[in-house]
Amino acid sequence: MKSGDVIQFSWKALSGYPTRTLLMILAMAIGVASVILLTALGEGARRFVTDEFTSLGTYLLIVLPGRSETTGGPPPLLGETPRDLTLEDALSLTRSSSIRRMAPITVGSAPVSWKHRDREVSVLGSTAELFEIRHLSMAQGRFIPTGDPSRGLAVCVMGYKLKKELFGNQSALGEWVRIGDRRFRVIGVLAKKGQSLGLDMGDVVVVPVASAQALFNTSALFRILLQANGREAIPKAKKAVLATIRERHEGEDDVTVITQDALLSTFDRILVAMTLSVAGIAAISLSVAGILIMNVMLIAVSQRTTEIGLLKAIGARGSHILALFLAESAILSLIGAGFGVILAFLGNWGLAHAFPRFPITAPIWALVAAVSVALLTGLVFGVLPARRAARLDPVQALSRR
Amino acid sequence: MIHLTDIERKFLVGDETVRALNNVNITVHQGEYVAIMGPSGSGKSTLLNIIGLLDRPNKGVYSLSDLDTTELTDDQQASVRRHKIGFVFQFFHLVPRLTSAENVELPMILAGVDPAERKSRVQAALSSLGLSNRTKHRPDQLSGGQRQRVAIARATIMQPDIILADEPTGNLDRTSGIEVIQILEDLHTKGITLIMVTHDPDLGKRASRRVQLVDGKISRDTGDS
Repeated sequence: MKSGDVIQFSWKALSGYPTRTLLMILAMAIGVASVILLTALGEGARRFVTDEFTSLGTYLLIVLPGRSETTGGPPPLLGETPRDLTLEDALSLTRSSSIRRMAPITVGSAPVSWKHRDREVSVLGSTAELFEIRHLSMAQGRFIPTGDPSRGLAVCVMGYKLKKELFGNQSALGEWVRIGDRRFRVIGVLAKKGQSLGLDMGDVVVVPVASAQALFNTSALFRILLQANGREAIPKAKKAVLATIRERHEGEDDVTVITQDALLSTFDRILVAMTLSVAGIAAISLSVAGILIMNVMLIAVSQRTTEIGLLKAIGARGSHILALFLAESAILSLIGAGFGVILAFLGNWGLAHAFPRFPITAPIWALVAAVSVALLTGLVFGVLPARRAARLDPVQALSRR
Repeated sequence: MIHLTDIERKFLVGDETVRALNNVNITVHQGEYVAIMGPSGSGKSTLLNIIGLLDRPNKGVYSLSDLDTTELTDDQQASVRRHKIGFVFQFFHLVPRLTSAENVELPMILAGVDPAERKSRVQAALSSLGLSNRTKHRPDQLSGGQRQRVAIARATIMQPDIILADEPTGNLDRTSGIEVIQILEDLHTKGITLIMVTHDPDLGKRASRRVQLVDGKISRDTGDS
């Protein structure tokens, strides 16, 4: 028996019972589509987080005051009072050769007003290098000028949204605004940029770090952002930071250095695990489809008992019958998988239109895995009915009408 | 060519053993026309099934063209059925979703015959039985006589040596029954061995040899050689 004939015969058998065939294809398609779509969603979440981190800046190290114990153990008896990070600490870090850029950061919240309008926003005190480290870009004017960071100039750069709310369509450049109890001249407006990790860069006002410290009456820094010279320089930079700070803080390791890579890989691991478990749940629906195929094929075998008996009488071997019924389940699951892929792409497209900021793309491996798992389920669950058909006794099969 | 020696076939019905065939000995030569007759339950169909290699005897030897069939595997028996034996059943047993042409084509598909050759042989077979305008019809669009003719075309398409017919007219009216019998007898005159199970004495009289079965035993055989 030729394989083309096997496929043709099975195809005719399937098209002979269209309702049943369509229902099975639908079940298979839903299974395959849900595997692909859910994997795409998980993968999208992973990409989303990765993109967020990269938008923070490349080769980034974040220095936080205080020591975070990740190894566990009881808290110290006398309590730990970490030293503040100061501007001098920050400046001393730039001496390391593995560090390219440094931006100290002070954060506070203060009312910003112009004429009769005022808004409470986050005030970010930093230096000119923040511009490069955070990959910012300007809509108008310029960023905070380079120069001695300990001198507090009365200038500020506004986020896009804040400018819109205070000035509307008027030009803000050169205007004086009041931040807290001080007056600052607007020298630039940041370009529209997405949110990055909680801080909406459209809704801030950036001032020189010394001005912010004066504004909030503090000498402590919220954190220090560092950019290493390259990916390989990150561990070296981290070591240098710890050594420098230890030296300056009388032998105490009282800062925490977070590297972007470490954060990223943690999130990456979590999200990959999440994607896989979601795909696993979707795979259950695939196996349900497989069981459905088995059920319906078993019914088909008993419905077509006389046909099987006849085939045997006219000289079909057991292996012929087995091949015919296996081909039927394989065709069903293949077509189902095909429709599933189409369905998944439609769903993908719909989601991508509904949430344009969320990068949804089905990874190729998910596509291949879903289709091959579908085919495998079809064959595995098709074996039992096909074997039952192949083993039918022709005399008994033919004696039924 | 068909040579049955001491054939016995037992069935287990509940916890009782029923001997459907008991010590049957029969030899059928090439080109004979045999009617197997007897009351229902006498073992006629079982005998036909054993001759057709659909069933295996519990005891005895069945040799077909000097080949001991009891030694053959299932697959080898299938191959013998494919090439040497054609079946005609009381209930036609056409595949309902396939057209007449496709039904006739089935044995050749199983034998792996080339598609182009299949088409021409199907056309020839159907038109020789007066069905050339019924090739695209499905069985439910055909009359009983037409269905049985399609079944005969299917049984003969592989040019077998033997045709086994189990009550071929049992489900037909008188006119189409006679038509079908005449087709089968035509095949016999062309040299095919025809073995027919029937309980109709009129049909039995047409055969050159009549074998009477009672309770699984041959009670009368008009032409034993």
